[in-house]
Amino acid sequence: MSLLKLAKWARLKSPWILHVNTGACNSCDIEVLAALTPRFDVERFGAILKPSPRHADILIVTGALTRQAVERVKRVYEQTPDPKFVIAVGACALSGGVFQGCYGVLSGVDKVMPVDVYVPGCPPRPDAIIHGVIKLIEKVSKSG
Amino acid sequence: MPSVDINIGPVHPALHEPEKFVFKVDGEVVVDVEPRLGYVHRGIEKAAGEKTFTQAVYLVERVCGICNVAHTLASVQAIERAFEVDVPARAKYLRTIIHELNRLHSHLLLLGVACELMGFDTLFMMLWRDREVVMDLMELATGNRVMSAYNVIGGVRRNISDHEVSTIRKALTSLSEGVKRYRKAFAEDPTIRARCVNVGRLSPFKGISLGAVGPTARGSGINVDVRVKEPYAAFDEIQCTPITYNEGDSWARFMVRIDELHESIRIIDEALNKMPRGPIRVPVAEVAPQTAESFSIVEAPRGELLHHIYVKKGEDRPLRYRIRTPTYANMPALCEMLKGGYIADIPVTLVSIDPCFSCTDRLTLIDIRSHKRKVVRLKSSI
Ligand code: SF4
Repeated sequence: MSLLKLAKWARLKSPWILHVNTGACNSCDIEVLAALTPRFDVERFGAILKPSPRHADILIVTGALTRQAVERVKRVYEQTPDPKFVIAVGACALSGGVFQGCYGVLSGVDKVMPVDVYVPGCPPRPDAIIHGVIKLIEKVSKSG
Repeated sequence: MPSVDINIGPVHPALHEPEKFVFKVDGEVVVDVEPRLGYVHRGIEKAAGEKTFTQAVYLVERVCGICNVAHTLASVQAIERAFEVDVPARAKYLRTIIHELNRLHSHLLLLGVACELMGFDTLFMMLWRDREVVMDLMELATGNRVMSAYNVIGGVRRNISDHEVSTIRKALTSLSEGVKRYRKAFAEDPTIRARCVNVGRLSPFKGISLGAVGPTARGSGINVDVRVKEPYAAFDEIQCTPITYNEGDSWARFMVRIDELHESIRIIDEALNKMPRGPIRVPVAEVAPQTAESFSIVEAPRGELLHHIYVKKGEDRPLRYRIRTPTYANMPALCEMLKGGYIADIPVTLVSIDPCFSCTDRLTLIDIRSHKRKVVRLKSSI
């Protein structure tokens, strides 16, 4: 097995997740956290929450992207080693949600980083978030 | 030795929200704290003035997703007072029940997060497993797990059937068994006590003079609870006992919350027993019938929450909407608790006030020296 293949295999079996809040109302964040707890248990797919961007493969981004948080979020994205994937969770992260048009938000994380999977909902259920993670794993396994 | 600055945040594993603190430390001891708030500032108060009354309720629900029921309750009560609308009795009881269910979920969530930060992952997972019982009840009663949009102007959106009442009762009885176990763990477990007892002390005098609210104040023996002092919804007919502890440390603040879990379960049970039959909603005009100013205070899971509005006759949107949230009121007390503590105790002290920064970040900049408002470009303050 070549080294690249080995890395891809490892990534698919055990994707490490970093959760970034860009100014969410906390609902999406607690649902992301709920996805990790016994009822939903995303860890059965090998995914585990990591505290540092330098260890992460997947960024789960929530929130409407406030102007104050933009620079920080960009920095977190740059600190994550390649290849990295982004899942935008919640109506806010997708398009600004209820906060669309507020002076403090940029409305949508895809304005500053490429997004691979969008999970709609306000907030999405933990099942939906897990579905998003699985979709991303499928997408990566199909790509070369 | 000169003190050293340590930056924590804005993106940091101990903070679930983007917020920054600069700690001045001398060796292991924190000598001063400078919070830098505002990373979650979205501009909700301004946006609320641009929405109709009905839409504004959905917007302020999203100030904070954890205590969303408290926000909608405060909001609809303020609007109803300005409109001089009377809500049916059954609606008041239903509001109380959902409000207390929301408190159950919020306290279980916080206690879980506290265990996670102490490194006690087993208890974290157990608390969150039992929290799902409450989430199921929320879904049963309101149709959604978190954002319930249950309170509407003039009443509530859904009724609770007799069958649902018995389901809620059964689930809460089993939850209360679990809470007894957790109370024992928090009261006696040597690991938890070692991490919490005497950590982040707040004296009653400091608590009052710095304006602490909610469980943060009650953990220092200050007897404040809006449900008792200014009864709203059905609290004038339901008995509610404020829980206070005199120790004033992080442990006391956690114990207040655990005892409040029992109290909330009892309140829900009493409300289910006393709930009268009848309508759950009355029609309300879309435009304000008179020019008025009104406010409403409720006891959110984190403490006193105030919504304050101005309405103008014939207008369908509020002239001005102002919100004062509990975490904002608790910030000065938090800085006081952190001073003199060890660096390793920062996360536990921080989480013991149950911080919610998405609530806090709605700041107005006023230059107090010149009493002038200054326009600061948001970008320049990063
Ligand atoms: S999408 Fe909805 S629930 Fe999620 S952060 Fe935004 S407002 Fe909150």
